[in-house]
Amino acid sequence: MEARPQTASTTGERPTRAPMLEAVGITKDFATLRANDNIDLAIRAGEIHALLGENGAGKSTLVKILYGALQPSEGEIRWKGERIAVANPAAARELGIGMVFQHFSLFDALTVAENISLALAVAPALGDLKKRIATVSAEYGLPLRPDSIVADLSVGERQRVEIVRCLLQEPELIIMDEPTSVLTPQEADDLFVTLKRLAAEKCAVLYISHRLEEVKQICHRATILRHGKVVAECDPQQETAARLASLMVGAELRELSAPEPVSATAPVRLAVSHLSLPAPHPFAVALDDISIEVRGGEVVSIAGVAGNGQDEFFDALSGETPSAANMVAIDGVACGHRSVTTRRRLNAAFVPEERLGHGAVPRLKLSDNVILTRHATSEGLVRSGILNFLSARGIVGRVSEAFDVRKGSPDPEAHALSGGNLQKFVVGREFDRKPGVLVVCQPTWGVDAGATTAIRQALIDLAGDGAAILVISQDLDEILEISDRVAVISKGRLSETRDARGVTREEIGLMMGGAHGH
Amino acid sequence: MRIELIRRPQRSARMAVLSPLIAIALTVVTGFVIFAANGVDPFGALYVYFIEKLTAWWSIQDLIVKMTPLILIAVGLSLCYLSNNWNIGAEGQLVAGAIAGSVLPIYFPDWGGPLVVTLMLLMGILGGMAYGAIPALLKTRFGANEILTSLMLVYVAGFALDWLARGPWRNPAGFNFPNSRQFSDDQLLPVIAGQHVTVATAIALVVAVAAWFLLRKTLTGFKIRVLGEAPRAGAFAGFSRNRMVLVAFLISGGLAGLAGICEVAGPLGQLRISVSPGYGFTAIIVAFLGRLNPLGIIVAGFVLALSYLGGEGIQSTYHLSDQIARVFQGLLLFFVLACDTLIFYRMRIARRRPVTAATVEAAS
Repeated sequence: MEARPQTASTTGERPTRAPMLEAVGITKDFATLRANDNIDLAIRAGEIHALLGENGAGKSTLVKILYGALQPSEGEIRWKGERIAVANPAAARELGIGMVFQHFSLFDALTVAENISLALAVAPALGDLKKRIATVSAEYGLPLRPDSIVADLSVGERQRVEIVRCLLQEPELIIMDEPTSVLTPQEADDLFVTLKRLAAEKCAVLYISHRLEEVKQICHRATILRHGKVVAECDPQQETAARLASLMVGAELRELSAPEPVSATAPVRLAVSHLSLPAPHPFAVALDDISIEVRGGEVVSIAGVAGNGQDEFFDALSGETPSAANMVAIDGVACGHRSVTTRRRLNAAFVPEERLGHGAVPRLKLSDNVILTRHATSEGLVRSGILNFLSARGIVGRVSEAFDVRKGSPDPEAHALSGGNLQKFVVGREFDRKPGVLVVCQPTWGVDAGATTAIRQALIDLAGDGAAILVISQDLDEILEISDRVAVISKGRLSETRDARGVTREEIGLMMGGAHGH
Repeated sequence: MRIELIRRPQRSARMAVLSPLIAIALTVVTGFVIFAANGVDPFGALYVYFIEKLTAWWSIQDLIVKMTPLILIAVGLSLCYLSNNWNIGAEGQLVAGAIAGSVLPIYFPDWGGPLVVTLMLLMGILGGMAYGAIPALLKTRFGANEILTSLMLVYVAGFALDWLARGPWRNPAGFNFPNSRQFSDDQLLPVIAGQHVTVATAIALVVAVAAWFLLRKTLTGFKIRVLGEAPRAGAFAGFSRNRMVLVAFLISGGLAGLAGICEVAGPLGQLRISVSPGYGFTAIIVAFLGRLNPLGIIVAGFVLALSYLGGEGIQSTYHLSDQIARVFQGLLLFFVLACDTLIFYRMRIARRRPVTAATVEAAS
C-alpha cells in the first residue's frame, strides 16, 4: 500500500482514467427470477462509487458476483482492462478486491489480533501481526488495540476490525456493504474520513447504501439499480436526495403525516419502573434501573448503538425474560412476572429485531407463523386445541395485502421470503391485531424505501387510534421522523426522555456515543 | 482438500419422498456386495432376505407381529425427535413397561379378563412414562444430556429385568428357567387375525393415525414443531421448552412401555430375562426411515420387521451370523441419514482452506 502514489484528490472530482474494474452486461438468473439484468458498472481508482437501490434491486447479487461468491449467467468482468473470471472470494482477494460485510463474522471471545489472524490466508506471527495492525490502524485513522477482546468493543470498533482485516490484504478495490447502518453519526463521520483517505491513495471503494445523504456527502459517482437493471448513473453531488430516492423507488415518495400531539391526560398504557436484570450470559448486558412510561397515542423511541441492552430490554418487555411483578405494567396491570402469552392477552404486541428464528420459524409456513404469536388471543385460531388453518391463511392474505408482502406462492415457508418482505409480514402480523401496546424493535430494518414509509405511517396511525408504541431503533432518521419523545439506551441504562421535536441528530448521537469514550 | 456441505436454498419435494427409497436401494446394493464377499450367492441371499418371507401367510403374520412394537415405539420417538429431544433409551422404557405391566399377572395369577388386560396395558404405559421421565427431569433440572442419560438407563432397566426374572419373579414351577410363570389365556391380548396377530397391531395403527393428527392439526403438535425448529421463536410464542421436554419423554416413554407389555402379554406370554431383540433401538431407524411422519412410520416399521425376519432366514438357509440383521439395519440408518443430509445440503470439494468472512457468511 505504501507504494501507491500520494496524489491528492478532492471530493467531487471524478478521476478520469480508465476503469480499474468494469462489469459489462452482467446478467444473473435464479430459476425464474432475473436478479441482475444486463448491468454495466465501471469503477475507477481513487473513486468512491455508490451502488444504490432498494432491497431486492439486485445490489447483493451484483456484489457477490464481483467478489466471486456467485458466477454470472452472462456478461464479463474486466480488471484493469483484462477480462477475468473471479472463481471464488479467495481469487478476488488475490486480484486485490476486498470486502467488508454488513454483518460481522468475529469471534467474541478472541482478541482483535487473533480474529484477524484467523482470517488471513497466510497468517504472520502474532507479534508481527500486532505491529502491522497498529501501523495500518494509525495510518488510516482507525484506532484499534490489537489486544482488546472483541466482546468488549462497540459496533463501530468491531467494524474497524473488519476494515483493518481487509486493508491488511492490501486491496485496490474495497467493497463495503451498508457500513454505516450500525454506526452512530460520529462513528460514521470517522469512517468517512478513512474512506476519503483510501480514495486519496488511489484505492477504489464500492459503497453500498440506501442512505442518500451520506452518498451525497462522500461519493463521487453513483450507479442506481431498480428491479435488477441500471436505471441511472450519475454524480450524486449534482442531484437532490429526493431525485435519487425517486430513481431508486421509481415513484415520488409520499410524505408522512405529522404525528398529532399527545395530551398529558392520556392514560399511561405501558409503564416500566426501576427495571433491573442481571446479564443472562457473559456477553449480554445487564439492565440497570430502567424507568419509562408510554401514554396512549404516543410513539416513544429508544435510540442507541446495538449491543447496549436493547435485546435484553425487549425480552423483559415481551416477557421472555421475567422480572419482578411491578417492574412492567400494561394498562395498569402489573405483569413483570407474567408470560408473553399473558401480556398478549392484555392486548400487547411485540416485534423482535431478529426475524428468522425469533419473530418467525424459518421452516414453517406463513400461516403457521401467524399462529405463532396469535394462538392465545381468542381470535378463533385455536379451538379446543385444534388449529384453524383457514383463519390463519385468511390473516396471511390480509397482512400481505395491507403491507404489500411479495411472495412466490400464497402461503410459502418463512425463509423463502426476502428479508424485507418477511419484516413486512412480521410487523403486519402484529398490526393486524390492532394492539393497545406495541413494542417494536428495528421496525424498518432491511425494508425498502416504499415499505419503510408505509410501516412508519402505520405506526403513526396506530398511535393515532390510541395505542402506546415503544420503538427500539438504531436509525436516527426513523426516530426523529415518527417519535413524540426519545430516550437513549447505553450500557443497560436508559437516559431521561426528551421531546423529539426539539432534539437534533448530533445531540442524540452524543448521548449514544457517550458511554463509549474512544 | 476437503469436502464442504453447503445448505441448499430450496429442498426438492420429490427427493424428500424418494430419499427413503434410494436409501433402501443402496442398502440392497451394499448387501449384495456383503453376501458376495462372504461367498454366498448374492441373488439367492437377497431373495431369502427380502422376498421369501412375503410368500407365506405364517411369515406375513410374523412380520405383522414384529412391526407392531416398532411402530408403537417409533411414533413416540418421532414426536420426541421433532421437538429436539433425543431419546435413545426407548429400549429401557420398553423394559420398564414390560415389568410394570407384569405386576398384576405375576402377583395375582388368578385374575384375568378384559379389565385386567386393560389395567396391564395402562400399567405398562405408566411404567414406560415413569422411566422416560427420569432423563427428562435430569435434562430440565440439571441440563444433563438426554442422549447419554436415556441410553445409560437402558442398561439399568435390563439388569433390573434380569434380576427379577432370575430372582423374585421366577416361576417356582419352572424347572429353574429364568422366566416368570406363564400368563393364562385371559391375561393375554386377544388375537384378532391368524394365530398370533393381537389387538396390539390395531392399537399401533390407531396410535400412528392419532399421532399424525396431533402433529398436524393440534396446538400441542404445533408446539412440538416450533420448539424443535426454532427454540427462541418457541419462547417468543409463549411455549415452555421444559414442559415440552417432559411431554415428549412421557409420550415416547409411554408408547415404548405399551410396546413392552404388548410383547409380554402377546408373543412371549411371560416375563423373561430379555423381552425385546432391540426393538427400542431399531425403532430409531424406523422413525427416521419414516421421515418422522407417523404415517410414514407404518411403512418403515414393515421394512424393518422384514429385516429381522430376513436375518433369521439367512441364518437358517445360509448359516451366516444373525448379526447380519443388525448390519442391514445399520446400513439402512446410515443411508437414510446420508440421503437426508443431501436433501438439505449439497457437497462441494474445496481445494484450499479458505476460512474467510465470505465462507462464514455463506455458512451462516
